[in-house]
Amino acid sequence: MGEPLLRLQNITKRFPGVVANDSVSLEVYPGEVLALLGENGAGKSTLISILYGLYRPDEGEIFIEGRPVKIASPLDALRLGIGLVPQHPTLVGRHTVAENLALGIGTPLLPARRIVPLIERIAQGYGLHIDPKAPVHQLSPGEKQRVEIVRALLRGAKVLILDEPTSVLTPQEAEALFQVMRELKAAGKSLIFISHKLEEVLAIADRCTVLRRGRVVSSLPTPEASKTKLAQMMVGRSVSFERKRANPQMGEVLLRVEDLQVRSGRNLPALRGVSFELCAGEILGIAGVAGNGQSELVEVLAGLRKMEGGMVRLAGQPLVANPARLFAQGVAHIPEDRIHMGTVPSMSVAENLALRTFHQAPFARGFLSNPAAYAANAEARVKEYAVATPSIHTPSRLLSGGNIQKVILARELAGQPRLILAVHPTYGLDIGATEQVHRVLLEKTYQGAGVLLVSEDLEELLSLSDRIAVLYQGRLRGPYPVGQISREQVGLLMTGGEA
Amino acid sequence: MRLEPLANPSRYRVLGVTLAALGVAFVLVGGLFAAYGLHPLEAYRAMLSGTLLDAKGWQEILRRSIPLLLIGVGLTLAFRTQFFNIGAEGQMLVGAVWAAGVALFVPLPPWLSLPGMVLAGALGGALWCLVAAWLKSRLSVNEILTTLMLNYVAQSLVIFLINGPWKGRDARGYIYSDRFAEYQQLAALPGTNVHWPTLLLGVLLALFLQLMLTRTTLGFQMRVVGENPGAARYLGIPGGRVILWVALITGGLAGLAGVGEIAGIHHRLIEPGQLSSGYGFTAIIVAWLARGNPALVLLTAPLMGLILAGGDLLKVSLNMPFRIVDVFSGVMLMCLIASEVFVRNRVRWGR
Repeated sequence: MGEPLLRLQNITKRFPGVVANDSVSLEVYPGEVLALLGENGAGKSTLISILYGLYRPDEGEIFIEGRPVKIASPLDALRLGIGLVPQHPTLVGRHTVAENLALGIGTPLLPARRIVPLIERIAQGYGLHIDPKAPVHQLSPGEKQRVEIVRALLRGAKVLILDEPTSVLTPQEAEALFQVMRELKAAGKSLIFISHKLEEVLAIADRCTVLRRGRVVSSLPTPEASKTKLAQMMVGRSVSFERKRANPQMGEVLLRVEDLQVRSGRNLPALRGVSFELCAGEILGIAGVAGNGQSELVEVLAGLRKMEGGMVRLAGQPLVANPARLFAQGVAHIPEDRIHMGTVPSMSVAENLALRTFHQAPFARGFLSNPAAYAANAEARVKEYAVATPSIHTPSRLLSGGNIQKVILARELAGQPRLILAVHPTYGLDIGATEQVHRVLLEKTYQGAGVLLVSEDLEELLSLSDRIAVLYQGRLRGPYPVGQISREQVGLLMTGGEA
Repeated sequence: MRLEPLANPSRYRVLGVTLAALGVAFVLVGGLFAAYGLHPLEAYRAMLSGTLLDAKGWQEILRRSIPLLLIGVGLTLAFRTQFFNIGAEGQMLVGAVWAAGVALFVPLPPWLSLPGMVLAGALGGALWCLVAAWLKSRLSVNEILTTLMLNYVAQSLVIFLINGPWKGRDARGYIYSDRFAEYQQLAALPGTNVHWPTLLLGVLLALFLQLMLTRTTLGFQMRVVGENPGAARYLGIPGGRVILWVALITGGLAGLAGVGEIAGIHHRLIEPGQLSSGYGFTAIIVAWLARGNPALVLLTAPLMGLILAGGDLLKVSLNMPFRIVDVFSGVMLMCLIASEVFVRNRVRWGR
């Protein structure tokens, strides 16, 4: 294979209280895709930040084409040929693609116009279909990502880091991305591919490097790897990939949605006549690419948004549009946005666990709060859900994503919820935390709760749901019983095709 | 030089950075003294010896701390709930107007007159603030703009009243209202201008609001609304109603400060510039320094009171314009806001 394009040797990075990277060594050769795997907190982000010049390592060396280099800033990284395609695009929405790409590299006069031919040459060379003159806010997530890739290539990147690139894509879009990755590979670029989705890693990577707790656990060629083996290395124990749902026990119809019409925050039609039923004890999966009406559907059911037309009945009664009263009636809501909705980051774990019930006994006596009740409740919940927190008085913003999600689950699922609205409940969580979330949701269905599971992760939907429906442009397709629809069919429905 | 974010800055760090920022502010203002032709240390010595080392000076500090305390406590609460009330100055003036209106024109039995003035003043300030809060919660109008602009309306209102309909019979060429009756004046510590009932009220309210914020369900709601409006919506906490409550409290406290000034010191409604000397604005720094804790205003209000009293001295003994205290407050606030970056980040030198 010759000399590696990029080599890290014994990179160590310490933060107060943790060793984020502990003597990490890895190398990438030209024309190779290296998958970087690991749970949250395994040290992937730190490693990428070091490679892109955002952090400096405490120890260790970086070599590019055999020469030792120091990367002090993202500008240094770009100069050395290292490009990053971030998980969430960092583009200016009102500007065109060309204007965005001209930032930082164009000539002072009419920079955008001059680089259009350049963009077109690069885009065509690698099969990246983009229109340089299109305003960025009109682009789909997949298109924005292609713009980010072109940006890195424009800057002369030889090593491309793709940070969870498929998390916002449909299966079809992901396949298109892989095609581009193959082209880049053929052109001799090195790619570092970060993903949680093991089947994608197996499909595209040449080698896999697995990190756990800051150390490289293993580095192996993909043909020697399997899903189970990789997952085991990531979590340090065996993990099952079987369908998790055993004999559901369905009861009465719990939720009946008829011809629901809703407008979005921008006053555009978001749901155009959605109808379905959800039974007690059932998990109904809602698939769809973000922005096709999922948020609005959940918001209506959680009492956060007014409906324009149609009818929603919860256990036979018309739904009251008031989140606090709905919670009292047994509607639990695990929101999409943990930080800006699900918790108050500056408040303590104990206070976050009482957000729903702070006005009731025993948390309140008249107008007065009862700190002892907060503490007792928090101690019990933290233990029950194994929340890793230094103390119940720690502000929740200091917790990891998985532990914040556990706090939300512990709060929402306390008592006996009848309807659980779970939106991307495992997004960004590691395998251990994901398993716990799934186990808790399943447990609740056996106790008679109905679950509306909104997720972009098809694996999750297929392994948990009893029926799956797909939202596309505000219309619902399905629900289909899980056994009667394939992953590919769901993917097609998500992009407006016919199953 | 590089900055590394700190997840959880310690209390000592907050305190240290705050003190350092104040130190920098004193050095910068010292430079201004020097440019004015005064030796900075000389000027500071004059400020301190005439205030902290002098019985009369202490009275001045206390007198000026009272409105800062009342307004500062309310603003601390408002800022904590993300209601950026910049209009305490105007609310204070309107409070004074309502109190003066009761004193001059409402025939109440003497024992009821003073309580009536206090209530009316608080109500006046609260309603003045409520205008902005209502516009914010109903029409999403930015409260920074509305509260600020309402200051000028309030100033003009006072000037109009004492020039026209409320102009005193004995005022002749001056512009002020009639003098309040003896029973309409707040008691002061003997031989001073320190109207102690207002001071006591301020201290009690600081402690009470601290408890309310940390130990009551309403305080809990206020914190949720202020610290994460998205969570408030998600939980069904009526954010608009909470903000109206906060506006009533912060405006009411500013109104009380206005009552204190006219019923405790001036004993009539006078020109806005003399009535307030910018307490509503200086209290913004008082609240900022208290970092969301109403009880801490008990420390920060006297600090700014000291600076205002010192400014008086600079005017009298060193012939500087009194408005030097505005420069002082401005420089302090800028230093404090700029220092925020050092609270949240650790500075690393070198590569």
